[in-house]
Amino acid sequence: MFDYELLMRGLGLAVVAAPFGLLLVLGVSSLVGHPLPERRIARMGHLAIAVGFVASVTVLGLMLASETYCVPIEVGSWVAIPHYHFSVKFVFDRLSVPFVILSFILCGTIGAFANRYMHRERGFNRFFVMYALFMLGMVVTSLAGTIETLFAGWELVGLSSAMLVAYFHERPAPVRNGLRVWAVYRISDAALLLASVVLHHVRGEGDFDKLLGSLPWPEGAAVLSGPEALLVGLLLLLAAAGKSALVPFSGWLPRAMEGPTPSSAVFYGALSVHLGAFLLLRVSPILDMSLWLSAAVVVAGLSTALFAAVAGRVQTDIKSALSFASLTQVGIIVAEIGFGLRYLALVHILGHACLRTLQFVRAPTLLTDYRSLENAIGGSLPATPNVFQRWIPERVQMQVYRSALERGHLDTCLAERLVAPVIRFFQYCDALERRWTDWIAGGPSRESERTRTTVASLEEVL
Amino acid sequence: MNSVPLSWMGLSIAIPVVGAFAVSRTRNPDRARHWSVVITAATLLSTIGVWCNFQLLESSASHAGPRLVSRCLGYEALVIDQFSAPLLPLTAALYFLTTATTLRTKIRRFSFGLALVSEAIALAIFACSAGWLLITLLVVGTVPPYLELRSRAGSTGVYSTRVYVVHMALFVGLLLLGQVLVDLEGGTGAHSVWAILPLLLAVLVRSGIVPFHCWITDLFEHATFGTALLYATPLVGAYAAVRLVLPIAPEWVLRSMGLVSLATAVYAAGMALIQRDARRLFSYLFLSHSALVLVGLEMLTPIGLTGALCVWLSVGLAMGGFGLTMRALESRVGRLSLVDFQGLYDHTPNLAMCFLLTGLASVGFPGTFGFVGTELLVDGAVETYLYVGVAVVVAAAINGIAVVKAYFLLFTGTRHASSVSLMIARRERYAVLALAGLIFYGGFVPQPGVESRHQAADELLQAHAARENPSTSSAGFTGGRRSPEPPLCIQQPKTAPLGNSLAMPKIPFIALQ
Repeated sequence: MFDYELLMRGLGLAVVAAPFGLLLVLGVSSLVGHPLPERRIARMGHLAIAVGFVASVTVLGLMLASETYCVPIEVGSWVAIPHYHFSVKFVFDRLSVPFVILSFILCGTIGAFANRYMHRERGFNRFFVMYALFMLGMVVTSLAGTIETLFAGWELVGLSSAMLVAYFHERPAPVRNGLRVWAVYRISDAALLLASVVLHHVRGEGDFDKLLGSLPWPEGAAVLSGPEALLVGLLLLLAAAGKSALVPFSGWLPRAMEGPTPSSAVFYGALSVHLGAFLLLRVSPILDMSLWLSAAVVVAGLSTALFAAVAGRVQTDIKSALSFASLTQVGIIVAEIGFGLRYLALVHILGHACLRTLQFVRAPTLLTDYRSLENAIGGSLPATPNVFQRWIPERVQMQVYRSALERGHLDTCLAERLVAPVIRFFQYCDALERRWTDWIAGGPSRESERTRTTVASLEEVL
Repeated sequence: MNSVPLSWMGLSIAIPVVGAFAVSRTRNPDRARHWSVVITAATLLSTIGVWCNFQLLESSASHAGPRLVSRCLGYEALVIDQFSAPLLPLTAALYFLTTATTLRTKIRRFSFGLALVSEAIALAIFACSAGWLLITLLVVGTVPPYLELRSRAGSTGVYSTRVYVVHMALFVGLLLLGQVLVDLEGGTGAHSVWAILPLLLAVLVRSGIVPFHCWITDLFEHATFGTALLYATPLVGAYAAVRLVLPIAPEWVLRSMGLVSLATAVYAAGMALIQRDARRLFSYLFLSHSALVLVGLEMLTPIGLTGALCVWLSVGLAMGGFGLTMRALESRVGRLSLVDFQGLYDHTPNLAMCFLLTGLASVGFPGTFGFVGTELLVDGAVETYLYVGVAVVVAAAINGIAVVKAYFLLFTGTRHASSVSLMIARRERYAVLALAGLIFYGGFVPQPGVESRHQAADELLQAHAARENPSTSSAGFTGGRRSPEPPLCIQQPKTAPLGNSLAMPKIPFIALQ
């Protein structure tokens, strides 16, 4: 006889502890300046994935055997003082278990792929530290039982994603794109944190089982009024839009293809791009409380799908094309969530993630695959005019083509309408401050504008 | 009577004072650095001794809020309580790390003697409760940076002291005026707004709250990075707010302080985004974070105040580490520009990691001590005003973008060509590891730190409530009150003291005055 609760608790903690342990080992070894050799990193990665995967599948098996649909695991109070406690809580239910198993499968696949793909790369260790950070973030986000825990995992995923986009950091383009990804993620993080703030303000709670009802997902009912649900839901939709590259934040997704193929596959094809949809699924009882909110979700999803379907057709490199293909599916998934089709959306996520991972890891060999196909059929692959070309006037086609090439001018709109005015305002304030300090000092007061920054070697300076 | 902690305290102040005298007579900068490292290490150990002994005393107390008080002429001279106890080793650690990580390229420019004097003054400030001793120390504390600015103005040909002098003169004037008016009104209970306002304005000037913030950016422009860092990071202005303003100010005054601090937090975050110089970026990031501490102080709720005190510690640790990392980079390549990519990663990967780690810790990234503090601050804000929580979140988001932007500009984007090794030195590696350890320890095991800050917050709230209801005995934030006890008496909670296994021989306190 075994103690079921103790066993579940142990397995649940093992699911989280496995990626955490991997991050700890790789991170500490990097910090002390003794990164581990490639083979050891590979073995540790395999071990962490195996432990996490076996533990999560065992949890699933036990839940099915005992017909339990929700298993909360309270790790304990991380911080507990009078009037405040921050408890770390994980929940295994019909949403989190498939997602965490998917995470382990895809991370394991990509880890094995990356061991060879990244062999002898200068940043091999750096890649796997970020990979471990990403995996931990995904597991924590998937299993989060409170909005604060979800936020913690959300941020870990964001940082690792941005750092991996900028992986080839000797070139400026990946770095600029990495910064753009990070900026969008910060907006998304802020929206999620604001949603948490509002939830605490109106309900004094952050636990999902108290906010979304005690019934297992997706059968809960949110304990919010209509206007409260609309406000919180819109903030959560904004958070999801940033993370899943929904319109108008879609510009970062093709830019994220600067990263190495393994990270593109696991992040932007498979896992992190679906995180926004996962968030909406997790808080789906809130969507049910407000028709306007559900409508907003549907509009966001459909507009993203339409935009990505058009933009994907004009891309000239395989990874960008695949990224827009991913985005099309993510848009459809979000629309499904808005329509209330929760299980369909979940199954769609699982299937799409696996397919897209395969496509991304095959992307570097695309030309070889095309040649193999053409050799097999004995000629070039046929290119038939599609519906768009047959029925739409050419003038309109050109306009749509140009707009699609510019990716809907979304980045330009955000940059010019949102970012540039803010930057100009603060530059104006900076100029005012300079005038003020110059006046007090009776002359130029900014030494930094006169000091030549050193680009030569140190010995030339001395 | 047990005088152990205050003997340690006296030692903590005496060591850097004596050390400053010894170091200033040394002409060899290498030797000066070596001795400064030893002196600051001894000071750090001494302050850790203070803190440990206080914790032992506190754990044995049957009631909350033990205080260790030294009286002089009937006045409370030095006070170590739950609020100030951890600030002492934090300040000493900052000075130690700054001194220890000063590379050869900076030892001729960074004044070790002045740094030791500043350290003694800072520690004395944090061991003072209120009254004219605190005022005097706050005034005297403005002198060492001025001396350095004046000496650098002579050598660089730039008249770079005016902005600092004007603002500090304003600070000193307001401080003296406010304290005089408070003393004239005398006693406990409510003070008039004319007495409180000068003190409030003095605190705002010293803390760099908009529109009085330009002196901080100017200080980072013209002083050595180490001096500016050590003057700003201990948050002496916030300490003055707690000791001088919080006990006597009505809620509307505190709310005003909170509002302007909130505006400063968001404004400074935005300004950090557009900076083209790393020092100015750091100064604005620091202003934003330190303003958040003042925001939390005005909340007057247990959670908000606890959050503010937690953010205080994380600002000291994380921003201190962030500044030291920047300083280490400056030692290698000179003044850091944020216009073009510098590509320093391959040369200094450990510094890159430390930069990112401390920068993200300062904005409250999960897994770091700053995360808990920010969560508490936001949660406390929700209890009082929702818009405060919104502004805190916005400021943290913008700061996060600024930190990573700076990281990318300094460490990536190109490959820096250098014919000399820029690798991390052993001392710097230890400093990086120590900082990382503290940041992660505070992040994964935050309970002890949060609990201690919560107790400190409770004491501060009790003191504030005692002002509102003077008939209730206060926790003693009314410096300057005569008491019938004999001078130089050490007060302890009324429980049996611990065994004196850690006791030092009693050092007559009067000998240190």
